[in-house]
Amino acid sequence: MTGSDPAPTLSQSGPGPSTAVPSLEARSIVKSFGTVRALRGASFEAYPGEVTALVGDNGAGKSTLIKVLSGVYPQDSGEIVVDGKTVTMGNPRDAAAMGIETVYQDLALVPDLDAAANVFLGRELRRLRVLHDQTEMRKQTAARFKELGVGLVQDLRVPVASFSGGQRQSVAIARAAMWARHVIIMDEPTAALGVIQTKKVLELIEAIRDRGLAVVLISHNLPEVMQVSDRIEVMRLGARVARFRRGEADVERLIASISGAYANEVTA
Amino acid sequence: MTGTGKSALEAELAVEATTDVTANVEAPPSRWRQIATTPIFITLAFLLFLIVVFSLMAPGKFGTASNLSQLAQNVAILTVVSVGTTFVIATAGIDLSIPSGIILGEVFAAQALGHIPVAGGGMAIDIAATDTTAFLILAALAASLAGGLIIGATNGFLVAYMRIPPMLATLGTLGAGLGVGLLLQKGVNVATYALNPVATGHLIPGLSNLVLIAFLVVVVGYIGMHMSVFGRHTLAVGSNEEAARRVGLMVRRHLLKVYIIGGVASGFGGFLSLAYFSTTSVGGHTTDNLQAITAVALGGTSLFGGVAVVLGTLIGVWIPAVLQNGFIIVGVNPYWQLIAVGVVLVIAVWIDQLRRRGQNRR
Repeated sequence: MTGSDPAPTLSQSGPGPSTAVPSLEARSIVKSFGTVRALRGASFEAYPGEVTALVGDNGAGKSTLIKVLSGVYPQDSGEIVVDGKTVTMGNPRDAAAMGIETVYQDLALVPDLDAAANVFLGRELRRLRVLHDQTEMRKQTAARFKELGVGLVQDLRVPVASFSGGQRQSVAIARAAMWARHVIIMDEPTAALGVIQTKKVLELIEAIRDRGLAVVLISHNLPEVMQVSDRIEVMRLGARVARFRRGEADVERLIASISGAYANEVTA
Repeated sequence: MTGTGKSALEAELAVEATTDVTANVEAPPSRWRQIATTPIFITLAFLLFLIVVFSLMAPGKFGTASNLSQLAQNVAILTVVSVGTTFVIATAGIDLSIPSGIILGEVFAAQALGHIPVAGGGMAIDIAATDTTAFLILAALAASLAGGLIIGATNGFLVAYMRIPPMLATLGTLGAGLGVGLLLQKGVNVATYALNPVATGHLIPGLSNLVLIAFLVVVVGYIGMHMSVFGRHTLAVGSNEEAARRVGLMVRRHLLKVYIIGGVASGFGGFLSLAYFSTTSVGGHTTDNLQAITAVALGGTSLFGGVAVVLGTLIGVWIPAVLQNGFIIVGVNPYWQLIAVGVVLVIAVWIDQLRRRGQNRR
């Protein structure tokens, strides 16, 4: 220690920051809707090859923060940093261009199109400029699904409407995994799923993490969070109140952080 | 066993394992069952059934080449219009303004011909069919398409940008368009023979140009809907507009384009109608919108959007026409056709509903 610690305001009683550069970082984000301050100096980091869980009670600002980080809302102040560079995001396309993909809670698949059409929707492979290359898109989709262990390739021609909830969620996640180069943000990906389907989705999350992407997971299911996450960040009242590495927190401590009884971080 | 070989094997097994875990889905229904319950199969079977029955009941009358080619001419204009409206309905929209698109197509073409002087005095609208030129035909065509474009662009603007429900937006342009047509013609139809070769000529011997044009429109519609990126985006917008928006599709601009396609197809239908019947018909075409919607729905395109079958629309155009023609030939009161089409339409939509419910059951 040379005594030149640049971040004296951060309590280090929690986890120390990883040595790697964060893939996605929020610095003191403030976002208000009218008189409601949804984010009051929220910070957040997600590192490559890690699952970072973002937990907090309803209204803690998780979804708002995620929407700022995926380009849906512009922040009032604060910085978004991607791979160490400060960026500006005007819309979701900007986020996608930076390799950041978001899996929304309400799926956002097109039910009448097949899995490959959904995976490539808006980024179709083309022939003769205006025609889509169905064969190649299906081939690449099948290959990617196999790589990720998504085993629904029994028929890539049927509309995703005929899939089960877990299969549809797998398609949505696989689509994000296919296009994300840095970060995948998932907003409650298992909220509507049964036990077996949840297990499959968690396996998928781990598979994506193991490919070196940063995964951001929002979930209310604390045992699930502790099982799959490498780091956990807790939000309360629009700011981060605690950070834990894998194994540092049990359910009670997480609940204490969420409810405000425990903090390991000084907030603005 | 070497270390690398072992880990490769393990990786292989891991992939197998995860694949197996997620592969325990229901076996898909057999291919034949899938085909047999596809709406287009049912409607095609029904059409063939009608043709066989009428051919057997009226041998030497219904199934003749001349009768069938006359039928093909009768349905050609409705085919053109219905292909356009298939795109609109694929977005979960509806276009009631088809008659005004057709009539503006006719009237604009007639007005254009009425303002182009020809050698030897007089206006192009009054010339004989044998004196027409490619220039006059193209000028009339451009005017017709412009008429359709105005209706279609207005529909698209109202639906996509002003968020007016399609049924009301196009009901408005239906009335307004008819009014414009009547005003331009001062309520009087005008005859012209200048465009006749377009409809009645034979570029390919034995095939009327009108039928050839309708066939080409179906081909273009098929490619546009089922093979092009544009068609795929159309279906996506119809199936889940929000999902389309989130992947970055320009949903409103796309809807505008789709309604323009519907309008331009109607305007083109008006051009063909003027060419075929040699007269405008400002009081006519009033049920063409309902006929087109019937054809599209019969053909298996979902009125809820997201599913479209261009070849089904072609079948859907033929079923009412064959029923009408067949009833007349075998001596059944043709009014029965209206009842039969109504029943078939409801059954077709009901089957589509059952299929969708079955699909979304899980």
